[in-house]
Amino acid sequence: MAMCIVVIAKENYPLYIRSTPTEYTLKFYYMVHTSLDVVDEISAMGKALVYQRELYLGLFYPTEDYKVYGYMTSSKVKFVMVVDSSNTALIFQKLHNSYTDVMCNPFYNPGDRIQSRAFDNTVTLMMIQVC
Amino acid sequence: MEASAGGGCGAGPPLLLSDGEQQCYSELFARCAGTVSGGPGSGPPEAARVAPGTTTTAAAGPVADLFRASQLPSETLHQITELCGAKRAGYFGPTQFYVALKLIAAAQSGLPVRTESIKCELPLPRFVMSKSDGERRIGNPAELLGTKVQIPYLTTEKNSFKRMDDEDKQETQSPTMSPLASPPSSPPHYQRVSLSHGYSKLRSSTEQMHPAPYEARQPLGQSEGPSSGGPGSKPLRRQASLIRSFSVERELQDNSSNYLDEPWRITEEQREYYVNQFRSLQPDPSSFISGSVAKNFFTKSKLSIPELSYIWELSDADCDGALTLPEFCAAFHLIVARKNGYPLPEGLPPTLQPEYLQAAFPKPKWECALFDSYSESMSANQQPRDLNRMEKTSVKDMADFPAPTQDVTGDDKQALKSTGNEALSKDVSEDPATAKDCTSLKARPRSRSYSSTSIEEAMKRGEDPPTPPPRPQKTHSRAASLDLNKVFQPSVPAVNSGLLPPPPALPPRPYPSQSEPVSEGDLHPQLNRAPSQAAESSPAKKDAPHAQPPSKPIRRKFRPENQSTENQEPSTGGTASAATVKPHPTVHKQSSKQKKAIQTAIRKNKEANAVLARLNSELQQQLKEVHQERIALENQLEQLRPVTVL
Repeated sequence: MAMCIVVIAKENYPLYIRSTPTEYTLKFYYMVHTSLDVVDEISAMGKALVYQRELYLGLFYPTEDYKVYGYMTSSKVKFVMVVDSSNTALIFQKLHNSYTDVMCNPFYNPGDRIQSRAFDNTVTLMMIQVC
Repeated sequence: MEASAGGGCGAGPPLLLSDGEQQCYSELFARCAGTVSGGPGSGPPEAARVAPGTTTTAAAGPVADLFRASQLPSETLHQITELCGAKRAGYFGPTQFYVALKLIAAAQSGLPVRTESIKCELPLPRFVMSKSDGERRIGNPAELLGTKVQIPYLTTEKNSFKRMDDEDKQETQSPTMSPLASPPSSPPHYQRVSLSHGYSKLRSSTEQMHPAPYEARQPLGQSEGPSSGGPGSKPLRRQASLIRSFSVERELQDNSSNYLDEPWRITEEQREYYVNQFRSLQPDPSSFISGSVAKNFFTKSKLSIPELSYIWELSDADCDGALTLPEFCAAFHLIVARKNGYPLPEGLPPTLQPEYLQAAFPKPKWECALFDSYSESMSANQQPRDLNRMEKTSVKDMADFPAPTQDVTGDDKQALKSTGNEALSKDVSEDPATAKDCTSLKARPRSRSYSSTSIEEAMKRGEDPPTPPPRPQKTHSRAASLDLNKVFQPSVPAVNSGLLPPPPALPPRPYPSQSEPVSEGDLHPQLNRAPSQAAESSPAKKDAPHAQPPSKPIRRKFRPENQSTENQEPSTGGTASAATVKPHPTVHKQSSKQKKAIQTAIRKNKEANAVLARLNSELQQQLKEVHQERIALENQLEQLRPVTVL
């Protein structure tokens, strides 16, 4: 099972990229990048932005089965996850909590890349769960 | 057994010993005399144990150890020895021994008269009374002392292994001593001489004294059993452990990788120091330090930001963006360890967990000045301790405290620590109360509330952060109140412009005004986080005088609308006219300068305009949504309203 998690800042640059190393890594990044447009679309529709929003892009390739999920926080920080299983709600919640912990750190400048080991651990944990 | 009955007694009036003293002395004497044969490390003095006549003598080895155990500086001990023993026979007869003990007690009482007493060669009777406690310190758990006295011999060697022997010895002895309750604050295994070893590598020699009182607590636990005198035993244990710490000090260099978690244990001294630092940041020890305050403080330690970030991550257990006292101690400890070359652990060591720290250390309610002196000496030897700067001034006063013994020898620290430890032990009982406070405080809601006072406090810290602040305080994006604070901060530099009064309640902050790109970078996150405030501020301010540094206009935009707007408009008009008048009569140079400034200002303003326009559109959208919602709600209301019958 392959998986990729990307945290994107409000200005649409990545704060944190992590993926299980496969040959599809680059493709994952590309998909995440293209999914940003979808995110903007949905946000522009004026719906509630705080809740979890799911972008289901379906099968891109017949050989693969993974979906891209998106989640946006109130500060317009996006978590995009490429995964081939469900239960994303929980994962996003955890991600959000971890992200909040990172933000709590006064030494963390919002907009920096996320280098928190705790965050890494959370992501790793989730990857292990999924895979 | 009076001294007069002793053999080989020199010319000196008979010593008057109370019963207790006699008992103690005789015990000690017997111990010193008796352990000679059994002590492995007694060494040469056995030969010196020539006992002409009736009385036995105490071998110089154990006696010397005993004297050293009295925590007196070596020169004092030399004087004592000289006075009581060496001048007379070449050995320690009971007379000499008792005299020496009394002198030691006098010295331990801190009597400045001590030198006089030496000169008099005669401890006055009153000394005996007051010294009784001091005597007890040494005398009471005599056997304990005897065993402990041998320990230093083992540890004197510069071999970390000896430390192991130390502990083994201690542990083997413990059964005989029937160890009872270990110090209330620490689990038995906590007593590790090795802590000091680990630290000895970390810290300067003076700092190694910090483990000492902590070690003092360990043997305390073991000696509880046999010791008859409670209070007396404590100083004794201190002494004994301090002896060990002495030797530890000497061996310092070895990295104590033997003991994995040793560097992460906070000694009593360190703990006190941390608490003092905490107090300097936050007077209430049961409250917490906000993230920004802590950030400024820890940044002074000159560690890199990622490392500090990681340390914070480790220590802020509840991830609330603030540090309680135990969290602060843990963080401080990690910083200290890191500065001393220790790699940061993967996870928070168990000895640094907040619960552990709360339970381990009682709240210090007593005089911290005592430990300020330690921090001073600590910092004196270790330049990276920038954190000590604050304490140094107060410390210098305290340096007078251990008046005659203020050298960098362990003896001084011992003496100081002994008095300190006494007070410390009193506070053990207060621990549960404070622990409760901490736990209750910890149950704060997760979202931090950045009170404006904390921000002001942080800003009033005075010192500029080491790096020019490209961004305002890191705050949560959740609470709207945060944005207000952020709004306040960047507007401070506008003070320099002279056009705008500083924001109320905030002192003028010397802002690097030339940080153009920085301000732009700030612009974005600030705008992103404070769309409401920014939108409210009037764009009209941007026409502000051009001569100002470019960052000012952007900052000014965030100011709370009302005051700044009013203040600015008239002043803007005034300066605008003044500015127009200026270029004409002045030289071309000035005008070109002004032109450049104007152009940069214009550029800045345009950019700000663009951002604001975007914000505006977003807000408009939100407004639309809200309108729609309102319409929908009104419709519902209409439907639900009972139909009025006409």
